[in-house]
Amino acid sequence: MARVKLSESKAKKIKEICAAYGNKAGEAINVLHQVQGEFGYLPAEVQELIALELNVPVATIYGIVTFYSFFTMIPKGEHPISICMGTACYVRGAEKVLDEFKRQLGIGIGETTADGKFSLNCLRCVGACGLAPVAMIGEKVYGRLTPDMVKDILNEYK
Amino acid sequence: MQSALNKDLLNSKISVVKMEMINLTIDGKAIQAEKGLSILKAARIAGIDIPTLCYYELNGQKLENRPGGCRVCVVEVEGRKNLAPACATEIMEGMVVHTHSLRVVNARRTVVELILSDHPSDCLSCSKSGHCELQSLAQKLGIREIPFKGAQSTYRKDNSPAIIRDVDKCIMCRRCETVCNQLQTVGALSAVNRGFEAVVATAFEQDLVKSSCTMCGQCVMACPVGALSEVNQTRQVIQAINNPDKTVIVQTAPAVRVALGEEFGYPAGTIVTGKMAAALRRIGFDYVFDTDFAADLTIMEEGTELLGRISKFMNGDKDVKLPILTSCCPGWVNFFETNFPDMLDVPSTAKSPQQMFGAVAKNYWAEKLGIKREDMVVVSIMPCVAKKYECQRDEFKENGNPDVDYSLTTRELAELIKQFNIDFNSLEDEDFDMPLGASTGAAVIFGATGGVIEAAVRTAYEVFTKKPLEKVDFTELRGLEGVREATVDFNGTPIHLGIAHGLGNARKLLEKVRKGEVQYHAIEVMACPGGCIGGAGQPYHHGDFSIVEKRFEAIYQEDKNKELRKSHENPYIKQLYDEYFGEPCGEKSHHLLHTHYFDKSKQVEIEA
Repeated sequence: MARVKLSESKAKKIKEICAAYGNKAGEAINVLHQVQGEFGYLPAEVQELIALELNVPVATIYGIVTFYSFFTMIPKGEHPISICMGTACYVRGAEKVLDEFKRQLGIGIGETTADGKFSLNCLRCVGACGLAPVAMIGEKVYGRLTPDMVKDILNEYK
Repeated sequence: MQSALNKDLLNSKISVVKMEMINLTIDGKAIQAEKGLSILKAARIAGIDIPTLCYYELNGQKLENRPGGCRVCVVEVEGRKNLAPACATEIMEGMVVHTHSLRVVNARRTVVELILSDHPSDCLSCSKSGHCELQSLAQKLGIREIPFKGAQSTYRKDNSPAIIRDVDKCIMCRRCETVCNQLQTVGALSAVNRGFEAVVATAFEQDLVKSSCTMCGQCVMACPVGALSEVNQTRQVIQAINNPDKTVIVQTAPAVRVALGEEFGYPAGTIVTGKMAAALRRIGFDYVFDTDFAADLTIMEEGTELLGRISKFMNGDKDVKLPILTSCCPGWVNFFETNFPDMLDVPSTAKSPQQMFGAVAKNYWAEKLGIKREDMVVVSIMPCVAKKYECQRDEFKENGNPDVDYSLTTRELAELIKQFNIDFNSLEDEDFDMPLGASTGAAVIFGATGGVIEAAVRTAYEVFTKKPLEKVDFTELRGLEGVREATVDFNGTPIHLGIAHGLGNARKLLEKVRKGEVQYHAIEVMACPGGCIGGAGQPYHHGDFSIVEKRFEAIYQEDKNKELRKSHENPYIKQLYDEYFGEPCGEKSHHLLHTHYFDKSKQVEIEA
């Protein structure tokens, strides 16, 4: 018997969410969405329990998690950084800004720093094209970014 | 009364709707085909071949893989701007289809060239070489160079005890995924990741052996390329044969003899038992024995166990577990250990014929020869991929020495025969060696779905009623329907029997048993569609299930050809009990011929 360990409170929450969607296999995406909202990410043991609750193979759940870029198996940092890669931001140099974030933090897209402070992601258009290029750290928006501003911004959180 | 009438009316309406015919033209040929069919199916019925790659169908087994992803089957439909995938486009009235216009041929070639652009070009040494559908497609389309140079996938190789996944060769046809999830309901495989990174893999991309995989190998049978194949052990067997210190014994499963001929140009359903025995002797095995002997032995043990449980049940013992489930099929054993851990005391404890043979060979026969078990090598030829896993299970070893050392598939045997430069077709028939090569017709039919239960009934009837069986053939137990049931009259006592083949069907039946919705005395389950004749170690049928149907007929023909057709009449089985085991289900057989099962389910443990 292979065992997967999960804390009681986490398991209870996951079961509640699955039950709220009638434990239906067809609701897998909604369930994953909400569970990730709750815990910030979807580690293997969480997917195992969801699979059991919805009565679908865990391979199927893993297939969904890895297909949609929204889902992540890596915990987000204390300060999640999102770089807008929408058209307006992109043409105004978002990629250079992104590269500078990568260099400063020493991590790639979808990764989290070893101290758990920062994680880095891209997104498409936050609706602030006038401020392009734009990045968000947590809920805070930073506009008209240039690579040389990155170091100072990060220092605000250190 | 009225509602019954309405129902009849409704049914007749449905049948009218079903019969609606569509007129269309394919390649200038006027065709009438049933509404709802795809262009591909309509063309096939009309005898027009449209090449396919991702499409996979098992006729009569309700399995169709139709992702429409490879685009090899594109055709031109007049009045439609783009080309249409024939597998996923429904026929319409007045449709005019061209399957090989210049536009179609060019597009089809480009599609295959693109598939080849990131496909490893190690065809010469690939395990699927000669049986690869991509290879034959490239050949058919006259592709001589690959104009596109793209990135190459570099995924790790996954070597399980039975199946090798070499995902770099995967063309994402999703056949394996469909077979694993829909036909077998095993759910080990799923498409994961996206874009160029996309692969078919297990949950968390773990090794196959750590997943819910049962090693049934139907994915290997379905894979059109070399992405999935069995672990090849022909080299180890050749080495053992050439080791003068080893006595090498071979056993062949019943289903092999009705399929091996296909590898040498014989039509499906040709019985090549005699040639096979001759070929094995030419290869150099010291003793050419038969798994059928062990199948007869299985009936003695399993049949006795069944009758024991039935008589206890009739005497009012409430603890007795019925139905008894057969346990010959290693894919099935893996499946219930993973999916029905609450029912581990239900299956028969009898080992499979492969393992019974190994235990008899390495104990009884080794003693007779006066050699140590370590100096004996037992090789089995199986229609099966899961048998490779089974013979490596720890409970089938003694001090690390396995009862069965190597399990080869029918395909690997064909390879061996070719490697040894044996002209198979001109071989004269030979017999198996005695005593472990003696068998009855009851053992032969183990190879087809329903065969084990029929063999058990032939013996159990006579033991239970103490009367000779008048009619040996129980045709009510035969057939290729996925789930079947029949009641056999044991001289006034009705015995209810269930049969399932394909693990999806087995799951359905077992769930009913678990809920108490059905009452059977015994159930036979085989993991592969058709039973062992449709096993994953057999010559590739590429989805043509009529090949399996012909093997099915051949199995029952071989049964008819046998002088003895009831396991308990096998004189060498009687001798084995007299000399060695004493009685069926006795102490010695309990030790050597029976096994136990393990809970392999996945449980989420909640920490307080």
